[in-house]
Amino acid sequence: MYGTGLAKGLMLTLRHFVESYVDDVRYGFRKYHHSTDNFGIRQGTKTKGVITVQYPDEKIAVPERFRFVPFLIIEDEDHPTRAGKDWCTSCGICAKVCPPQCIWIVRGNDPDTGRPVPEPEAFFIDIDICMNCGFCAEYCPFDAIKMDHDYELASYDRTTHHIHDKERLSKPNSYWRSIAPTRAYDEMLVRGTWEHKDAAKEARRGAASARGSAPQPAAQTEAETASAPAAAAEAPAATSEATAASAEGATPWSEDEAKREERRRKALERKAKRAARRGQ
Amino acid sequence: MVAPALDPEVQTNSTTIEGAIDYLVSARPDAVSPDSRDGYEGIIVAAGQLLEIARMIRDDLGFDYLSSATAVDYLGEGDHMEMVYHAYRTSGGGALVFKAQTDREQAEIPSLTSVWRGADFQEREAWDLYGIRFAGHPNLKRILMWEGFHGHPMRKDWREAYYEEEQKPFDSRWPGGHVHRSEEKNVFGKNVAYPPDIDLGRLMDTSETAVYQSLGLGVDVERIMDKDGFETNELVVNMGPHHPSTHGVFRMVLTVDGETVTSLAPVMGYLHRNHEKIGERNTYLHNIPFTDRLDYISSMGNNHGYVLAVEQLMSLGRRYNEPTYRCEALRVMMVELSRIVNHLWAIGFWLNDIGAFFTPVLYFIQERERILDFFEAVAGSRMMCNYMRFGGLFGDLPERIKSVSNLTNDRVRDYNTMQFLTEMINERIPRTIDELELLLTQNEILIERSMGVGVLSRDDAINFSAAGPLLRGSGVAYDIRRAEPYSIYPELDFDVAVEDEGDMYARYRVRVTELRESVRILRQILPRLEATKGESIWADGKPGAYAPRVPLGEAYGRVENGKGELGYYIVSAGGRNGSMNPWRYHVRAPSFINLTPMGVMCHGHKVADIVGILGSIDIVLGETDR
Ligand code: SF4
Ligand code: SF4
Repeated sequence: MYGTGLAKGLMLTLRHFVESYVDDVRYGFRKYHHSTDNFGIRQGTKTKGVITVQYPDEKIAVPERFRFVPFLIIEDEDHPTRAGKDWCTSCGICAKVCPPQCIWIVRGNDPDTGRPVPEPEAFFIDIDICMNCGFCAEYCPFDAIKMDHDYELASYDRTTHHIHDKERLSKPNSYWRSIAPTRAYDEMLVRGTWEHKDAAKEARRGAASARGSAPQPAAQTEAETASAPAAAAEAPAATSEATAASAEGATPWSEDEAKREERRRKALERKAKRAARRGQ
Repeated sequence: MVAPALDPEVQTNSTTIEGAIDYLVSARPDAVSPDSRDGYEGIIVAAGQLLEIARMIRDDLGFDYLSSATAVDYLGEGDHMEMVYHAYRTSGGGALVFKAQTDREQAEIPSLTSVWRGADFQEREAWDLYGIRFAGHPNLKRILMWEGFHGHPMRKDWREAYYEEEQKPFDSRWPGGHVHRSEEKNVFGKNVAYPPDIDLGRLMDTSETAVYQSLGLGVDVERIMDKDGFETNELVVNMGPHHPSTHGVFRMVLTVDGETVTSLAPVMGYLHRNHEKIGERNTYLHNIPFTDRLDYISSMGNNHGYVLAVEQLMSLGRRYNEPTYRCEALRVMMVELSRIVNHLWAIGFWLNDIGAFFTPVLYFIQERERILDFFEAVAGSRMMCNYMRFGGLFGDLPERIKSVSNLTNDRVRDYNTMQFLTEMINERIPRTIDELELLLTQNEILIERSMGVGVLSRDDAINFSAAGPLLRGSGVAYDIRRAEPYSIYPELDFDVAVEDEGDMYARYRVRVTELRESVRILRQILPRLEATKGESIWADGKPGAYAPRVPLGEAYGRVENGKGELGYYIVSAGGRNGSMNPWRYHVRAPSFINLTPMGVMCHGHKVADIVGILGSIDIVLGETDR
């Protein structure tokens, strides 16, 4: 009969309408209340009816792999030997793999010898350009740059706020381990230690030279360390910070233009020299 | 492989590509020669005889479907321009690749629009971006850039006003990072160069004549307008560029006789950012997230086509490992899930276009949300998935789809991934498709509105290089997953959806069938995932390098995306020009080429049907304009 198709469709709409109230009744009209622990069910595969999330009174916590604007990992403040130190060694790989080229790194140099030190002097990311692809985090060999979960970055003035400098980018290691525990654990397995790769290497060297003396106390704060396969290699080194610490000084990102220019010129010179050496 | 030298008569029957090439070479040695460059395939045709040879390819050899026609600028590599054509048989099989070369300065090649009308927009694009003239083209106008644009931007020696460097990575990033905001280099008013002979006043001219005269509608606007306006019953109507009804910033100019459309010209390019030029500056790796932004509804499929093309090239070199079985299974699963997303979206917004405003589409979006939740947990992003890598993937499935509260008011979810997937595939998605059919398939209003509207005949569909549901809705059972299978599709059990009528309703039916077939494929993927649990997604167990070695040569990787055939034509200059960047990176965009028959399909219909017909083609402007 003409019109039956239409009527059936309307019945479906009616069913959806009724279903949109079922949850309200089921949760005693406290569907959106904090105390009802129903969010996972409401947003899951079994649910029918309304699935709307009442932002900002409720927000969907993002999954671990979610990626939004990178940040740099620095050592926790209570780390026994490396407190506040960058994990980044300014190797430049993230700047190379970044598709829109929004990462700028100034490699640090020892002021006395002029030799590069494994720590960036400055680090900038233009988050207006960043496409949140996650390549920097994926290809960083030191696990030093990670994708953040904080997507609430609106600001009134993008010209002053949207180039993140090193200060703004740096977040402690413990933050990364709190927002992405599973991934941090997997990365630890690959690295073989909860520590920074280099620090662990130093530690091994230190342990080797100190062989025969009393074993170093394991000063880790993490309980998980016990399960790490390379826990033995993690004894912290006491004296390996001398070179790196000397790079700490003036904040390069607040320098004037002339100084930046000068540094850039020097860096390019070094680069040209290296290229010439390679050419030979 | 060298085929035995047979009598040309016999070789006509040869169904292999090699046979076809041998036939052409032996029949017309004056015009055709095999392309013997390292890593290249197909034949090179003398430009003068191109039209003749193209007819032979279509009529004698049966390559009735011209998939892609694009240009390459070999500046410094022989200093010539080259048009590259990929022709297929709709009965299936590989491509006959043929090329025609021309001088860079006086670039001219005969137009193939008289053989395949599908070449129309693609040749206009080649003229626009490369400056190749196509003799005999009925309407050789710019298509992505505007008339009065200076130069042809895809030429290797063309530079934008805020040019930084030929290839990424740029030197100023490291070790002496010199931070600047990109606007500093891209100052408004200084970011466009005008040709010396252009009359800027004309660009400011808001009179009707200037706006419409370049469209080739054959209408004299003055004649229509100068009377009191009502004297003649022919009228020019401008639709768009406005978002909801034209699916993005897309514009159509039509002439109407009363309510009936007499001619229609699509106008595009409002979202053009020269994706391909960016792609040639990028390294191979950089391009993966850029492909996400083409057809942003199904980014997984875009990734897939691109990595397939690059993997084809990489497989020519040493030290290349095929993706593992688990990797392939995961790829197919992701692609099929995005096909479901795409078709739900396409049907939903098509309904919006014909007047069923937002009730059905919101039912479908609910399902889409669940699939995107899954993408987000696995790939890190809902739409810009950036999931596939050369020879592998970003990551395996996580054990659990889990979140950690971080912001205030964050609510946490935690599901077992495989259980989530199983419930989605076995219960939720099939239920939604059932509802969709209940709501629509027998709905009398929908049937009256869509049957017999926007008809594209079988022959036209093939000749216009239509792809995807638009082609299959016109009775051509051509699905790349079957016609030229890739990945693990050969071992999967599914049918190609096809309907004969060629109208809007047929395309709707094709999409519904494809939804069901996708679910069928996904159900076969689930046990395969269980069986390969623990297997690495990388052949040698560790992730691929960020600068893979891509040997010299060309490749055309194509996949059946939700919107049709998505192809990537990639030329690698190998070690010669910095092996990290492709020499040529071309996207055969189904949304773009499927618009070629738009004028034919709309002819004789009412104005109110135009938006519906556009919706039934299913385009995304990110891909149309590139
Ligand atoms: S790749 Fe990692 S270590 Fe290297 S510069 Fe970038 S953040 Fe630093
Ligand atoms: S997420 Fe991607 S675009 Fe953003 S800084 Fe990292 S590499 Fe660059």
